[in-house]
Amino acid sequence: MLSVTEHKEIEFSSDLIKQFDEIVSRYPQGKQKSALLPVLHLVQAEYGWVSPEAMDKVAAYLQINPIEVYEVATFYTMFFLRPQGKYVLEVCRTGPCCLVGAEKIMNHIEKTLGVKEGEVTPDGKFSWRGVECLAACGMAPVLQIGPEYTFYENLTEESVDKLIENLKNKI
Amino acid sequence: MARKLLFENINVPGIHTLEVYRQHGGYRSVEKALKTMTPEAVVEEVKTSGLRGRGGAGFPTGMKWSFLAKPEGKERYLVCNGDESEPGTFKDRYLMTHIPHLLIEGMIVASYALGAKTSYIYVRGEMMPQIRILERAIAEAKNAGLLGKNILGSGYDLELYVQPGGGAYICGEETALIESLEGKRGNPRIKPPFPAISGLYACPTVVNNVETIAAVVPIINDGGEEYAKFGVGRSTGTKLISASGNLKKPGVYEIELGLPVEEFIYSEEYCGGIANGKRLKAVVAGGSSVPILPANLILNTINGQPRLMTYESLSDGGFQTGTMLGSGGFIAFDEDQCIVRNTWNFSRFYHHESCGQCSPCREGTGWMEKVLHRLEYGHGKMSDIDLLVDVSKKIEGNTICPLGDAAAWPVASAIRHFRDEFEWHVNNPKEAMERNYGLAKYADPLPKLEEVASQN
Ligand code: FES
Repeated sequence: MLSVTEHKEIEFSSDLIKQFDEIVSRYPQGKQKSALLPVLHLVQAEYGWVSPEAMDKVAAYLQINPIEVYEVATFYTMFFLRPQGKYVLEVCRTGPCCLVGAEKIMNHIEKTLGVKEGEVTPDGKFSWRGVECLAACGMAPVLQIGPEYTFYENLTEESVDKLIENLKNKI
Repeated sequence: MARKLLFENINVPGIHTLEVYRQHGGYRSVEKALKTMTPEAVVEEVKTSGLRGRGGAGFPTGMKWSFLAKPEGKERYLVCNGDESEPGTFKDRYLMTHIPHLLIEGMIVASYALGAKTSYIYVRGEMMPQIRILERAIAEAKNAGLLGKNILGSGYDLELYVQPGGGAYICGEETALIESLEGKRGNPRIKPPFPAISGLYACPTVVNNVETIAAVVPIINDGGEEYAKFGVGRSTGTKLISASGNLKKPGVYEIELGLPVEEFIYSEEYCGGIANGKRLKAVVAGGSSVPILPANLILNTINGQPRLMTYESLSDGGFQTGTMLGSGGFIAFDEDQCIVRNTWNFSRFYHHESCGQCSPCREGTGWMEKVLHRLEYGHGKMSDIDLLVDVSKKIEGNTICPLGDAAAWPVASAIRHFRDEFEWHVNNPKEAMERNYGLAKYADPLPKLEEVASQN
């Protein structure tokens, strides 16, 4: 769902626009819409999610209709349509990972963070969710953390504790 | 040690850098193709090799290439499919992480063969680290004159870009991938027209899997005939197998096609047997979409022949008693695993990933998920089992793209081979919540398995 909260104007930094420009140059003239997914990834890396305002700006930048951005942002599961914790733990929940304990890991994360799937911890630091196969089934169970999608493999309850501890201490 | 064609040098330190990669014979195929071969000759060589698409469909690559339309004044595109999202499959991630130049080398040769001046590698968005690795490798190659204008003085120009996806399984389907690359939702297109006629930006386009493109390198280096000496029959060459689940040594293995399944599972060279001294219950041999088989049928065909890792042997017996090689996502289930639960899990996956265009898939996957959920959680009825079969039949073949089939097959095959386990869930709902059904008759008779067990 698109979250329609109050409207806040945003302005993309010139650095971000420079990156957009480089991406657009990868496609033939007039096909700048192809830049949409990579541009949305950059926006999410910058703001932590893709807000309706950001989507409107992207549409204006790419000279396409806002609806063309909304329909894409709502289709692809990587894009967050509401604010998330600073670190989003995305745990693979698909078959092969479950064969070696992914469900246990998810329960453990829920308990440790004290929030349900999709919710944000009160300090704004964490949220978590189950995602589908991350193409790392041989190193299962696995989780990833955006925006660089750093990968953590062969998870155990202990390694998850350590990871969360480390992230907590990071500023 | 079996000979490898793609991963011969994968353990060489620094092989991800251009320098080391070239020291080990990297980019020879580019020199050979661009300087001494016509594009047509490259296509012919790939045809001779018998290479088949490694993404899952197994369609002959040379033939796919020769279908590419070449109208005057229109661009042609090569798009590499690195969307790797089929549960159980992680070979492309491995290849791109450790030996990115192999993919880039293959892309240059393949683009040359097809006459593409701009090519894209579409990588699933979650593989941001791999995207960075590829971009770095592309920059290195460009600096060395292996990409860009007038490659190695041959007069051939090529630009190569990496495109991130957005986390949608469906974009592994080639027309959905093209839509996504155009900046749209990943809705598969109705075919015809096929991408070979009208693909990316309505131009003729070939979409090939990462591993397929990589295989072009040894084919050009050694010749298609040499490549075809590997494997058996129409399954030529080597295949990357992603092994996961309850195996002692899960991971990515390059095997020569024709390797017996039993050897792959139990030998020390490969998976080393089942983890924790357990016994094998079932295998999904080619990624979550292909039919699941009980242990006895994966090790031997219904005629008692040893089952081999080839397109033909794995599908021996049709869907009644066989399966498919698919993408090579080899998932092993030990005796403690619950088939009903896993089938529910897979159904949830397909429901989640259905693009929603076709009603049979959009609605049917949801129904299957719901019915399987209630079976797994002790609220199932006996009639649910046939209901599932019925729904799966009504999805299969009635959708624009193969996701519908991919959702239907795991359910139909699980019931075909493990019906007693589903019935047990209905008859013993309480017990089913507390323990799993176990092995029943599935593992019998498996003499080799006993041997392995007694050694442990
Ligand atoms: S099932 Fe978890 S990474 Fe594939």
